[in-house]
Amino acid sequence: MTLLEDHFSVFAQGFGHTLLASIIALIGSLVLGTFFAILQVTKSKWARGLGNVYVQIFRNIPLLIITLFFYLAVAKVIKMTGFTAGTVALTLYTSAFIAESVRAGILSVDPGQMEGARANGLSFAQAMRVIVLPQAFRVAIPSLGNQFINLVKNSSILAFVGGLDLMYQGNLVAANTFDTFATYIIVGAFYLIITLPLSYYIQYLERQLKQKA
Amino acid sequence: MEKAKKRRFGIIASIVLALVIVLGFFWASATISKNGKHQDTLTRVEKQGKINWGVKADTKLFGLMNTKTGTPEGFDIDLAKAVTKQIGKQTGKKLTPTFTPVTSASKVQLLKNTNIDAVMAVMTITPERAKVVDFSNAYFPAGQSLLVQKDSGINSVNDLNDSSKTVLVVVGTTAAQNIKKFAPKAKVIALQDYASAMQALKAGQGQAISTDNAILYGLATENPSYHVVGGTLTYGPYGAAFDHDEKPMVKQTNEALATLKKNGEYNRLIKKWFSGVPGLNWHELEVHG
Repeated sequence: MTLLEDHFSVFAQGFGHTLLASIIALIGSLVLGTFFAILQVTKSKWARGLGNVYVQIFRNIPLLIITLFFYLAVAKVIKMTGFTAGTVALTLYTSAFIAESVRAGILSVDPGQMEGARANGLSFAQAMRVIVLPQAFRVAIPSLGNQFINLVKNSSILAFVGGLDLMYQGNLVAANTFDTFATYIIVGAFYLIITLPLSYYIQYLERQLKQKA
Repeated sequence: MEKAKKRRFGIIASIVLALVIVLGFFWASATISKNGKHQDTLTRVEKQGKINWGVKADTKLFGLMNTKTGTPEGFDIDLAKAVTKQIGKQTGKKLTPTFTPVTSASKVQLLKNTNIDAVMAVMTITPERAKVVDFSNAYFPAGQSLLVQKDSGINSVNDLNDSSKTVLVVVGTTAAQNIKKFAPKAKVIALQDYASAMQALKAGQGQAISTDNAILYGLATENPSYHVVGGTLTYGPYGAAFDHDEKPMVKQTNEALATLKKNGEYNRLIKKWFSGVPGLNWHELEVHG
């Protein structure tokens, strides 16, 4: 516990970066993921193909490689720090999984609903937004919750590119104090501070939506 | 029917879970008692007939994995082999060296867990580390320096003392503290290993890599558009490391090192690894007398 006291500011800084990266990536991946999910269920062959290629690329490459690609290759053209590179990679990677979850949600909605909405004069975008997506998300919530929790834990990828996150600071403290075991227990506890409330919130959402349905 | 099935599943699941916990407990207690005995390192290596050295696998000239043969090669590895043979002669037991790749961050923990017997991995001897591990006498004179791009205009550590400059270091090395001392305004980013640090330098994520000159020379041989500047900021010789309070093993190693330096084997290895390095006067590394 003296380890925690001695290095509290270091851990706190790491916690802040992890939290920030998680929030940015969570919002970003939800928006991107939903967009590519919708692309995959449109009638246009081109849009479907594009959505599919995007998902297959980012879902099937290890997160570390995507991160290093941004940190080492893209950074030569567009200046970005390790934190930015890691957060962007995390967003793209997670969005591919979220696209699949949301797509599964959309497919679970009876196609008749879309047809009905269109027949009543709603545009495709309106019908999606008002009729299909709310129902799709209700179905997708449990698997989205999984993705979000994975996202928080995957943010430890920032440590590999000097992203100043919890894992990065943990590595430094462990290397300086040689107290590897205690350091990583503290790091694990800090991750729980983010992931546990997130888990319970997702459960709460599930219950809420079940009651409404 | 449905209920019975569920119940049976529940019972089986509980039994499996209980078994896993019990087995895990046995395994853990066995490990603890094994570590608790804390065998003397010298006794252990004599009994096993081998010394398991923790070495670097990513550091050119000292310990670099040869991807064709799958074994690490370098000065540290050759010296560890020679020391093993020499300790074998001294104790009259036949010893063979084995090698385990370690990182800067993991080496001490592996030593404590007795996964490895000794570390010969470009490890600088420092007073803080000496509280946790035992060091042999120095086997290589190293000092911290800087690697920068040739046309960067950076000539010394003073050129880096600016908040717009980023210095890249490797986690678990002593370089970060020293940079904060010599260039307090510079940002310091720690990466996982030297290969990543070099890639990051090339990508413009930092203006310099700082670590021991010997390692930087290794990076410079592979990347001709980069060079070592600024002389040495600190003097930090390398030593072989062992678990804490392993006096017999340290004594044997020091004896072996002294013999190797006397009989010319040490100089032969210096020549083998450092005579081809541009910009380095390898004769300075030789020991005489």
